Amino acid sequence: MIATIAFYVFSVILLASAAMVVSSRNPVHSVLFLILAFFNAAALFLIAGAEFLAMILLIVYVGAVAVLFLFVVMMLDIDFAELRGGFQRYLPVGATVGAVLFLELVIVLGGWKFAPDATTLRFSPTPANVSNTAALGRLLYTDYVFLFQAAGLLLLVAMIGAIVLTLRDRKTSRHQSVRTQTERTVAETLELVTVSLGAGTKETGIYGPKVTEPPAMEDAPHGH
Amino acid sequence: MATEVGLGHFLVVSAILLVLGIFGIFLNRKNVIIILMSVELILLAVNLNLVAFSAALGDLVGQVFAMFVLTVAAAEAAIGLAIVVIYFRNRGSIQVEDVNLMKG
Repeated sequence: MIATIAFYVFSVILLASAAMVVSSRNPVHSVLFLILAFFNAAALFLIAGAEFLAMILLIVYVGAVAVLFLFVVMMLDIDFAELRGGFQRYLPVGATVGAVLFLELVIVLGGWKFAPDATTLRFSPTPANVSNTAALGRLLYTDYVFLFQAAGLLLLVAMIGAIVLTLRDRKTSRHQSVRTQTERTVAETLELVTVSLGAGTKETGIYGPKVTEPPAMEDAPHGH
Repeated sequence: MATEVGLGHFLVVSAILLVLGIFGIFLNRKNVIIILMSVELILLAVNLNLVAFSAALGDLVGQVFAMFVLTVAAAEAAIGLAIVVIYFRNRGSIQVEDVNLMKG
């Protein structure tokens, strides 16, 4: 009984926040509603008995993906009001396609049932008296270890791809030049100056660091 | 895991979630970030389906597969957002309708 009530509460919040994700005016609000949707989906996973996946959903989605979205939305200086043009224009098309798709799904769901030998065809039945995490680990590190490694490889490729895509070599950025450093001689870096007693730096010609006034604050461009 | 909540409940919720995600793609055709979020919603619906079937049949493979879907979704989000960032850097906007420069 409790589980049923919890299921309805969480699924209603999940669907409402998903609706807000796609219809919110402000993309930052969209991301925040996405996080709410992930939290409620994790609760639904818990109700279904997939405890490990629920926690993974929180860590991966809320902790990484949603924060990534938040970073990008806040970092890019985009006129989001302009992007919302055509919202009304696409509404009927989207609603039609969604309604048709939902109708098809309902039809599929209505005429569908398990095959009579579905329970005998299971690949790996859930073991009794083993916690969900331990059972998943046993399965993942034995039968599916190659797929597990492939998933790791996929993440590696995605990481390298993201870095290569966004890495930018600015002309103005300062790099270390090892060749210049090692080829320095004493003659071009050191200068011996005889200083008479009580003479200032100006008279002896010692070059001090140039002191320039910082630009006035009014001239600085206002960043976002 | 036997609960009072049956398979049908989960299937209905994930069907609505999938439809909402596809609706979001149509609704926000200009904003590629919201489109990426809609794709995340669709993948979440898929995961919900996999977990529901796994729980209903007592087969753990569904949860293993959901984990791989999660991995792919994370990789997709990272690459997609990286593309959005460099596109914004080059063009100063993320209008999806402008992304036809490479059309032959």
